[in-house]
Amino acid sequence: MIKIKNLHKTYKTKEIETPVLRDINLEVSEGEFLGIMGKSGAGKSTLMYQIGLLDHPTSGEIVLNGKNTEQMSTEERTQMRLTELGYVFQDYALIPELTAVENVMIPLLMKGLSKIEARKISEEMLGRIGLVHRIENRPSQLSGGEQQRVSIARATAHDPKILFADEPTANLDTVSGLSIIELFQDLHKKGQTIVMVTHEEEYAKYCDRIIYLEDGKIVRETQQGKGK
Amino acid sequence: MENNSKNSKSPSGKWSKIIRVGWFLAIRQIKGSNKSTTFLIVFIMMLTFLNMVVVSGILVGLIEGGSIANKKQYSGDVLSTTLAGNNNIGHTNEIESTLRRMDGVGDISTRYISGGQIEANYKTRRDFSELKDIAGTQITGISVKDEDALSGISKFVTEGKFLNDSESGYIVIGKNLLHRYSEAFGDVFASLEGTYPGDEVKVTVGENTKTFIVKGIVSSKVNEVSLRAFITRQDFLRLVDKADLNANEIAVRIEPASKITAEEIKANLVKAGFTPDAKIQTATEAVPEFLNQIRVAFSLLGNIIGLIGIVVASITIFIVIFINAVTRRKYIGIMKGIGISEKAIEFSYIIQSIFYALIGGLIGMLIAYILLVPFFNTYPLNFPFSDGILVAPVNETVFKFFLLMLVTLIAGYIPARNIVKKNTLDSILGR
Repeated sequence: MIKIKNLHKTYKTKEIETPVLRDINLEVSEGEFLGIMGKSGAGKSTLMYQIGLLDHPTSGEIVLNGKNTEQMSTEERTQMRLTELGYVFQDYALIPELTAVENVMIPLLMKGLSKIEARKISEEMLGRIGLVHRIENRPSQLSGGEQQRVSIARATAHDPKILFADEPTANLDTVSGLSIIELFQDLHKKGQTIVMVTHEEEYAKYCDRIIYLEDGKIVRETQQGKGK
Repeated sequence: MENNSKNSKSPSGKWSKIIRVGWFLAIRQIKGSNKSTTFLIVFIMMLTFLNMVVVSGILVGLIEGGSIANKKQYSGDVLSTTLAGNNNIGHTNEIESTLRRMDGVGDISTRYISGGQIEANYKTRRDFSELKDIAGTQITGISVKDEDALSGISKFVTEGKFLNDSESGYIVIGKNLLHRYSEAFGDVFASLEGTYPGDEVKVTVGENTKTFIVKGIVSSKVNEVSLRAFITRQDFLRLVDKADLNANEIAVRIEPASKITAEEIKANLVKAGFTPDAKIQTATEAVPEFLNQIRVAFSLLGNIIGLIGIVVASITIFIVIFINAVTRRKYIGIMKGIGISEKAIEFSYIIQSIFYALIGGLIGMLIAYILLVPFFNTYPLNFPFSDGILVAPVNETVFKFFLLMLVTLIAGYIPARNIVKKNTLDSILGR
């Protein structure tokens, strides 16, 4: 599903070059729940942004679903993000003027679904994650946990091949964080490939495999049993 | 889903998705925006549109009012005048009878004109060192019935009464020949000091002098009415000792219901061979040249003021959209991140810009046509040489409306494009 070869990412300014990712080689199979861990500044999120096509690596190769993403045009990358990838951000990243259901509808409309179809699917998704009574609420009227649930509904409504999550529980209390991880676990059980960045050990245990980054390199990898 | 991804590959499917998503986002942004800010922006757009339509419309209207009055009160639809170098219109009778035979020709007034002097104080001037109270003018002989039918001149009598064809020895004087009316013009005209209806004046044309009793004063903003003195045709012919009946002006009014145009009447007269006898002009051609020049200058001035308005409006929209897009940069980045097309996001801003211009422009148009045009028609602006109206031809107004739309669209697109094209990740992370 994901193949990364010799991936390097270096941030350059006029005077300084800062290597953030160094020679990353990684493969993620279909249906796998991969955790990326490491200290702050280790390059976890940067790695996820490269795999998630939100950024371009300095060098190396990223193959998603058999497609070399660095050979794709901007439009093709956007199309791939829309149709094959899903994103959950640390700060939920919902559009404030849209209601919960409208936030979920947006990518579906962009895919070409009619408004009625998009709304039906979005309501179903929100219903499945226990937000049926909140569909017409704006993000500002929802708790952090509820917002993150809407974000997950948005990321998965179009049935993505890979779901990326960047510290999805970092802004949540323990109870809300746990419920979000359980949602990921449910999705994983249904065969969803997930790449999750986290620094919280208690949630990492739900992953199949964890890679540890240090100074932009994979320094350790642990294989775990299927979601405890 | 499979079908939908296939659709996305066809250009029409791609654009329909961009438009649908752009529209979806724009409507929600407008609904979610601050009501008073929206009202203010719409108000600015409305003022801009009114500025474009009304300022040039009033400036042109001042002149248009003059042209309309000129046509109604003086030239009619077609005016024949003496050719330069001639004393009068040759074959006046033949022209008149040709006109009367033409379909659609309504009223005809034949005027006899000669330069002359009116002296007011010849009876009371005891001291010969005292200046004569004299005004130079064009003494105009008219058939009262014909002239009144054509121009309604009797309605413009401001003092006394108008002439009567059956009476003799009376004169009606244009108000600008009297000092008490023409003070505002300074010393432009030599005017009579204290002449009122009932006073006796001495009228001199060439070697001939006769006394007339002032019967009335006519007031009009058309110089050819307010700077002339009118006597009956019989009195004129007696005063001037004319050997022939050739006149100096023939004004023609087309019947209101007729479909014939002034150009057709002129063409018929030209075809009938009267070009060597008279200068034949339509009302538009007969408008004094200075009015045409002022019209061009005012129109230019109005358009420049309108253009400044458009620039201000476009800057306003630019700033509004720029601030909106900058403050929403993170969300724009997120939308791009989750696969929303850049064009759909840009389109949402274009719709917002058009929304402001559309609502503002429509309100402006309603105010212009429902309120201002009827208002100025009923209460024209009192201008020394015209009654100014608001001229707002629908085709020009529609053009200005679409111009405002276009400028607003561009002013909204540029800042939106600048923000949308920024790096997606930088936008999401606020870098």
